[in-house]
Amino acid sequence: MKNEIDIQIKVPNQTRYLSLIGRIGEDLALQLQGFKGDREDLANQLNVVLTEAMVNAIRHANAGDPDKEVDIRITISDNELLLQVFDQGQGFDLNNIQDPGFEGEELLETGGRGIYIIRTLMDSVVYRRIAGGNVLEMRKRL
Amino acid sequence: MNIKREEQGNVVLLQVKEERLDAHNAEELKQELANLFESGKNGVVVDLKEVRFIDSSGLGALVSGFKNASARQADLKLSGVQSQVKSMFELTRLHRVFDIYSTMDDALASF
Repeated sequence: MKNEIDIQIKVPNQTRYLSLIGRIGEDLALQLQGFKGDREDLANQLNVVLTEAMVNAIRHANAGDPDKEVDIRITISDNELLLQVFDQGQGFDLNNIQDPGFEGEELLETGGRGIYIIRTLMDSVVYRRIAGGNVLEMRKRL
Repeated sequence: MNIKREEQGNVVLLQVKEERLDAHNAEELKQELANLFESGKNGVVVDLKEVRFIDSSGLGALVSGFKNASARQADLKLSGVQSQVKSMFELTRLHRVFDIYSTMDDALASF
């Protein structure tokens, strides 16, 4: 368990907590031991991915219910970063989410980019049902 | 959301005085832009010099503003886009949609 960081945070199902979680993701990236890549880029990427995943949990999975919670777990080991965002809702079908269109009118959709952004910035993205809700699991090799 | 609004002739300049433009505050910007274009403003510059983080909701608010502008033959332009924010525009190909200027003055001069 050398060099492993495991952080678990639970917040109310509200967008006011996005900046807190985003900032934690950034700070972790900036602290990473032995990371050879651009830390500032990684920090922004984690901020973005955590934000997008939380917004999905808040709006879609938890249906905006202020009495629900969002659990976030960040696990960093020597060679992998694992982000897990747990919701307590009905969930959604990840396989049904199309990439946004990039031509003409499709590019001007005002929504629907969140999952695409997560998939682009992370190496793998899985959404699965667990007891009491669902978890969005995102991994990145370090 | 902290937005500083100024009118320079026919153009409205909105300076977003927030570090983050995200799902928590994007709706306010979206509404402000909708109100401006609905009230007949021909040109709006959104300056993002202080914004170091944008998510898909922030991008969506700007796209919504762009659509409102286009529908009325008006113009929405951006200035002061910082590097991480620029990356998000590129990731989503939205850098092809907006006229983006380095400074507010450059954006204003383009009208």
